[in-house]
Amino acid sequence: MTLLSLQNMKTQIGQYHVLHDISFEVPQGGVFVLLGRNGAGKTTTLRSIMGLWQPQPGSVTFKGKDISTLATADIARLGIAYVPENMGIFGGLTVEENLVLATAKGRFDQTRLRRIYTLFPALEQFWTKQAWSLSGGQKQMLAVARAIIEPRDLILIDEPTKGLAPSIVAAMGEAFREIAQDTTILLVEQNFNFARSLGRDMAVIDDGRVVHRGTMADFAADTDLQGQLLGLSA
Amino acid sequence: MMNRVSETLGRLGGVNLLPLALAAVAFVLIGAPSSWVTLTVAGLSMGMMVFLMASGLSLVFGLMDVLNFGHSAFVSFGAFVAATVLAALSTWLDGGWMLASAALALALLAAIAFGLAAGLFFETVIIRPVYRDHLRQILITMGALIVSEQIILAVWGGTPVSVPRPSFLEGAWIIGDVSMEIYRLFAMGLGAVVFVGLMVLLNRTRIGLLIRAGVENREMVEALGFKINRLFIGVFMLGSALAALGGAMWAGYETLITPALGGEMMIVVFIVVIIGGLGSIEGTLLGAIIVGLTANYIGYLAPKLALASNMILMMAILMWRPSGLRPAVK
Repeated sequence: MTLLSLQNMKTQIGQYHVLHDISFEVPQGGVFVLLGRNGAGKTTTLRSIMGLWQPQPGSVTFKGKDISTLATADIARLGIAYVPENMGIFGGLTVEENLVLATAKGRFDQTRLRRIYTLFPALEQFWTKQAWSLSGGQKQMLAVARAIIEPRDLILIDEPTKGLAPSIVAAMGEAFREIAQDTTILLVEQNFNFARSLGRDMAVIDDGRVVHRGTMADFAADTDLQGQLLGLSA
Repeated sequence: MMNRVSETLGRLGGVNLLPLALAAVAFVLIGAPSSWVTLTVAGLSMGMMVFLMASGLSLVFGLMDVLNFGHSAFVSFGAFVAATVLAALSTWLDGGWMLASAALALALLAAIAFGLAAGLFFETVIIRPVYRDHLRQILITMGALIVSEQIILAVWGGTPVSVPRPSFLEGAWIIGDVSMEIYRLFAMGLGAVVFVGLMVLLNRTRIGLLIRAGVENREMVEALGFKINRLFIGVFMLGSALAALGGAMWAGYETLITPALGGEMMIVVFIVVIIGGLGSIEGTLLGAIIVGLTANYIGYLAPKLALASNMILMMAILMWRPSGLRPAVK
């Protein structure tokens, strides 16, 4: 079943046409990976889905509903969470305040909170610390935790491993596997090995266009295609 | 060694110690304890009134990224609305403590109500079309300020308007050879109450949490499912009401007001917001107290430097801390 569908999505930022033709479908469940070189349009794709850049009307549907003309807040309320590349953490707020802000009613579901403590034990340890004092990895954990503190259908995650230590990347991978059991993840990632270990389906964007769609297993097996589309050497 | 001194100062309160340090230096330079107490009370009282005017601007600046040069219009309107109500109820002002209190409360509430309504109008009609465009914000809010001053001129005239005070706020408390004006103490108390109220709002409520988050990252607040525009309107109305309240209190302090009152206070208000740190209520209070104390101490010690003292203070603080003393965003 298709959860999110992008059909000929075009996005213009000021006078620049950043996305020319983005079409792919994200099935419900698992991790869908969006790959591409720097500047290909991956982040703009996620921001357009969230309504942070306005895509062409009629080009984005979520659970069968056109969301391309909705405001960001309305899109979020439909059950889409967003973890931006810069993590979007509120540094002046404590870990607890960052998370409570993302709850629907201003209080925690204890079951979900325990799940977050299990996935990211550091957050419990630094519960009352202001978020600016956390390390890069801990901030990323907080950003992801904020996305799952309420039940969501889809989480958009933009380059979560950027600048993180290998041990943190491994922990993040484990967390994503666990989260993907009941939530769909649309992951933008430059770290191909990390993406390959998680993704079931994938698409490659280049110069604002989708240039390849398929399964991650097939793409991972085709080193020529990887080299051609991502510049990866065998 | 320097690091250890810095760490110790940080543990003791860091930049919050600045007013104390300023007062201590002034105590040595002034010499006469009674004069020092009078000047300190005057400085704190001025600081608290400026805090009332500046706190809203700081939140609007920090949350909405709006350069509202028209903020002083709310200060002026607050002063004139309160003066009008007090003049209309002048018989109450000498009619005993209860009636005088009621007149004062009505005057302050009228100023606040006017600030709320004017803030709603200002945000929806004037500010909203120019979000994210600083140049147009400056032009349109400066224009709105000029129009507001002309409206005040048309309604209240160009001659200075006297502001009657309730009888229980007249005079001074004399303790030994120290004299403290009652109105100034009242202004200090009211400023402290508003500060505590704002701190409770910002730190103990969900709306406050949203405002603090919005000051840092508006986009992310929207991505969490909150309509930031509604928050903008609320904060703008709150800021306008606080400015009007500050104007009303300043009117009672000056007792003679002109349409230029808001414009004259605006420079001080902007200095306070800048040195305090954008979007930070604690920073605004700290900045306001430092500005109030400095103005009074310098006015006594070196009157010729009084006009320049705030600018010198701002330059010194910005060279030390370019983001202000206590910016909301780390």
